[in-house]
Amino acid sequence: MGNRTVIPFGPQHPVLPEPIHLDLVLEDETVVEAIPRIGYIHRGLEKLVEKKDYQQYTYVAERICGICSFMHGMGYCMAIESIMDVKIPERAEFLRTIWSELSRLHSHLLWLGLLADGFGFESLFMQSWKLREQVLDIFEETTGGRVIFSVCDIGGVRKDISAETLKKIDNIMNSMEKEVKEITEVFLHDSSVKMRTKGVGVLSKQMAFDLGAVGPMARASGIDLDLRTTGYAAYGKINLQPIVEQDGDCYARTSVRMREMFQSMDIIKQCIALIPDGDIKVKVTGNPTGEHFTRVEQPRGEVVYYAKANGTKYLDRVRVRTPTFANIPALLETLKGCSLADVPILILTIDPCISCTER
Amino acid sequence: MDQQTIKTISAGELLSETLRLKNESYRLVAITCTNKDGMELSYSFEKNNDLLTLRFVTDTEEEIASISIMYSYAFLYENEIKELFGVNIKDISIDFNNTLYKIPVTTPFKKKEGEK
Repeated sequence: MGNRTVIPFGPQHPVLPEPIHLDLVLEDETVVEAIPRIGYIHRGLEKLVEKKDYQQYTYVAERICGICSFMHGMGYCMAIESIMDVKIPERAEFLRTIWSELSRLHSHLLWLGLLADGFGFESLFMQSWKLREQVLDIFEETTGGRVIFSVCDIGGVRKDISAETLKKIDNIMNSMEKEVKEITEVFLHDSSVKMRTKGVGVLSKQMAFDLGAVGPMARASGIDLDLRTTGYAAYGKINLQPIVEQDGDCYARTSVRMREMFQSMDIIKQCIALIPDGDIKVKVTGNPTGEHFTRVEQPRGEVVYYAKANGTKYLDRVRVRTPTFANIPALLETLKGCSLADVPILILTIDPCISCTER
Repeated sequence: MDQQTIKTISAGELLSETLRLKNESYRLVAITCTNKDGMELSYSFEKNNDLLTLRFVTDTEEEIASISIMYSYAFLYENEIKELFGVNIKDISIDFNNTLYKIPVTTPFKKKEGEK
């Protein structure tokens, strides 16, 4: 046995956009154990349900995360709509699906940029974020916001997208597909990138299941868990197959996200072709009574929204289980046996979102 | 869409019921605590997109066994509930001893004396 050293990693580190701390126990250059510490940005957002009524809480839910803000709002609205037995208009289902997939696209592009930055490929980082800007521009044009949109509401959505703008989005998706193909070549086939990702941080299918991994982390290890296949929003009306890889390493996780971007662009185009005319919101009156668990597939994986209502305008409980919360145990396992130099890339490949995790 | 079932159990049945679900290849999705007329603990498991929730009501005095011996990744959920609600969960595989979130308020979700 070599000398054991404990190296603190984070909470502030160049590869970490948000704070998480790991005590890395090393034998020479090899990690033998990782002990996590979170709690630097816990905001008590679940507690806020005691002060905000069930309609106001939609705005709070959106603010859980600045990257998947739309899907947090949607997950919360879906939970309340299930409790109140509200059926939203079909057009609203399609609009929710379009904004969800745009969110996935921008999230994966953001992550790819961070990954490229993590292994020092700055031009690749800039190219990824340049592409992401186009998605943010679509958000701004359709919702008025680039981070927080406030378009999802209980009973549907607040804003419509005109036929002209949908056509424009369709054209952007076509041109973007070509540009994403160019960076795919580098992320998946450049030898210097592959050296940093291939065979690093392997998580077997059994381990992924045993450790409760979700999202691209699970799918890169061969588990075809994708909540979109349950058919919520408009996902039941379009063609969709989970993107699955088998190797379970950093390369496989990158590959899953790269392929999911093409899938998102395809879903957006399918939605634009199929979206019906009609209302975008139904009027919701009264207060909810009952409880419901809603599960939505965010860019990082399954998010669980639990709401319990008592017939007043204030809910008894809102509980959010985010994908990063579920992926931390799998991350700790994959760190065991890796080289210290690979730790930053390995942490990045779970695409951690600590604001979500701590709420 | 997925099915949701809630099964009421006693605190003493938690480990045996969890073991049964583990043997049937259920995945632990979340552990949720709601403080309303006691601490209501809900352990949600998933298989083939169907959700099964084991539920019981306890108080902060009763010792609740940790399920981290069967589902190792339950430790984060259990630490969170212990710290925020003050539920007395014993033998968590990695126990942060109420320092997971490093918050200045002790058990913010536990009702104070006289509070409704």
